[in-house]
Amino acid sequence: MYAYDEIDRTLVNERVSEFRDQVKRRLSGELTEDEFKILRLQNGVYLQLHAYMFRVAIPYGTLATNQLRALAHVARKYDRGYGHFTTRQNIQFNWIKLAELPDALEDLAKVGIHAMQTSGNNMRNVTSDQWAGVAPGEIEDPRIWSELIRQHTTLHPEFSFLPRKFKIAITASDHDRAAIKIHDIGLRLIKNEKGETGFEVLVGGGLGRTPFIAKTIKHFVHGRDILSYIEAILRVYNQYGRRDNIYKARIKILVHELGIEKFSREVEEEWQHIRNSSLHIDDEVIEDIRSRFTYPPYEKLPHMPDELRQAAADPDFEAWRKNSVASHKNQGYAIVTISLKPIGAPPGDATAEQMDALADLADKYSFGEIRVGHEQNLALPHVAKRDLPALWKALDKLGLATPNVNLITDIIACPGLDYCSLANARSIPIAQELTRRFANHELANLIGRLHINISGCINACGHHHVGHIGILGVEKNGEEVYQITIGGRADENAALGNLIGPGVKFDEVADVVEDIVEAYLALRERPDELFMDTVKRLGVEPFKERVYATR
Amino acid sequence: MPLVNGGKIADDSFVKLAVDTPLPEGGDILVPAERFIGEADALLERAGKVGVIWPNNRDIAELVPYLGKIAVVALVFPTFRDGRAYSQARLLRERYNYRGELRATGQVLRDQFVFMLRAGFDSFDVKKQADAEAFMQTAKRYSVFYQPTGDGRITALHRRMQLRHSEGVGT
Ligand code: HEM
Ligand code: SF4
Repeated sequence: MYAYDEIDRTLVNERVSEFRDQVKRRLSGELTEDEFKILRLQNGVYLQLHAYMFRVAIPYGTLATNQLRALAHVARKYDRGYGHFTTRQNIQFNWIKLAELPDALEDLAKVGIHAMQTSGNNMRNVTSDQWAGVAPGEIEDPRIWSELIRQHTTLHPEFSFLPRKFKIAITASDHDRAAIKIHDIGLRLIKNEKGETGFEVLVGGGLGRTPFIAKTIKHFVHGRDILSYIEAILRVYNQYGRRDNIYKARIKILVHELGIEKFSREVEEEWQHIRNSSLHIDDEVIEDIRSRFTYPPYEKLPHMPDELRQAAADPDFEAWRKNSVASHKNQGYAIVTISLKPIGAPPGDATAEQMDALADLADKYSFGEIRVGHEQNLALPHVAKRDLPALWKALDKLGLATPNVNLITDIIACPGLDYCSLANARSIPIAQELTRRFANHELANLIGRLHINISGCINACGHHHVGHIGILGVEKNGEEVYQITIGGRADENAALGNLIGPGVKFDEVADVVEDIVEAYLALRERPDELFMDTVKRLGVEPFKERVYATR
Repeated sequence: MPLVNGGKIADDSFVKLAVDTPLPEGGDILVPAERFIGEADALLERAGKVGVIWPNNRDIAELVPYLGKIAVVALVFPTFRDGRAYSQARLLRERYNYRGELRATGQVLRDQFVFMLRAGFDSFDVKKQADAEAFMQTAKRYSVFYQPTGDGRITALHRRMQLRHSEGVGT
């Protein structure tokens, strides 16, 4: 865990008092809505279909139990008793009153959480691998660097009014759980030949109307240069990024229009000016941040404790264990993913009671730490294997032991028409219907790893472009129509999906997905050939034929 | 628009000239970039101070040869959402060592004062009277800063180091 110190807490408190003043001026009419809009967005407050929506940052996805309890408190006191975990390591509340927001922020500030820069045209909450610090084989804990960058980008005086929002993600593992290739800047922690820590820097990824996979701008930037390098990218973007058209304002468009070579020359030139400035980070600074991350006092535990061996006789436990428990870098421990995708429910929702209960479980079984991942699931990062059976029972009581992580019902979906004022179509009901169709665990297991991603409009909050099966709601002659893509992915081999054909109606979506899955099961060469591999081998055609032959 | 300079509401001695306004005999003038670049020598020879209004989409490096001779650089925020002038300001202060008055003009509101001060602005053509009056109070809103910029304020990272070292001495 990382502990905010007095300095961090002071800043968060000053931010709350500033926002309290801004809300007061808005409520008195001193600020126009136009002037207020950008100020509230910088504090995570959107005006939505029914009410204000409030988005709280969970930097690099790490939460302490008192923080999770504070989120539960906000859900209970200021909202309708639940919160929605999003694809960006944030949590959203949908029913907050503007006049109460400063109080909600103040309550969160007490435990060192805030909503700074979860929205607006600035540098957003830095995201990272939800398994950071515990994943076997990672270069080092990427959160040390995430925290360095979080601090540097918070209330940055030059980059708080960028052409558009700006997102940075960091991974330190070969398997990318942070989706760095669909971010404005993606950072992959690596070591050079000398054993020094640095980054491969990628730039210009993003989804939305014009999706792009990020390109490598530099193969190695030393850790001590990473702030100056990021600053150089941002300075070039701030000056040359388009502001005439919000659809063309993202850095991905600038990179695309200039070409990566020209763009990287601009960055390089800027970087040479500032590389040895006060942005140069000395080891002492990194060590200071590193020292404020604490790790649990792990015990020496057996690889296969008796408790686990005994529980293996229970097929329900085994189904869950195989699905939700991953290896930990320390022997005798495991990483447990908690599915927020129960059958028939909106993906990513958690009630205040669930959050409180999870906090208790994390205290009991995971050294007081919880993680949030971009798949809209949570994780307990340090569970002793001997505790797995007890944890499973407790989770099951809370409705949080659905064994579907990475399976077809582990769906990512944006709020769509149910909450979002920009939506063209419903997303949540589609997700709910699909989870019911594939509720049978044996079937889902037989299908294997398959990610469905759903967005209610072209903005792509549900990451539909990078779903193995992507579903995008659009509007056509006043009707909801869904375009289906296959073959997208958001990992280290990130790719955008391909459209399989004309859009289909709301009622047909689940049938079409069933057709695609049936086609896959018939076409795969071996039971362990994953959906993605079959699509890669055969392309869109056979799936298209199967879906449209009878329609 | 009230001018805030040195933290206080102040009179503006500068008269803004358009591209084609006849040059007044004396007095301080603020001239648009294109006119300044076109007639720099003539403008600088005349009695009275000269300032330049620089648009946010023109390379600030063009101004470098004149920086020692101009009294004011006024950068423009056509709307408060357009942050290009923040980069120009930092380049002027930190890269080109400009030490004269750096003025923020356009849609300058109180909620940007802290950012502007940190980017190196020291005078402000403020949009609303009430904002100008609230300047000092607003400017002091934050006591903690994470990033090093040319404004000389100590960053959180270095503040921590100081605290650590002073603890280490064992007081
Ligand atoms: C209900 C309120 C929401 C609104 C009004 C909203 C608005 C938007 C807009 C306008 C964009 C497009 C930005 C662009 O031009 O690239 C966008 C993209 C995005 N939003 Fe949301 N969103 C909402 C909810 C969510 C939720 C619930 C999530 C997560 C589950 C989310 C995560 C994202 C992500 C990941 C993108 C992709 C942007 C990219 O990388 O290109 N948003 N959102
Ligand atoms: S994808 Fe569209 S509908 Fe869905 S949350 Fe984002 S903006 Fe709203």
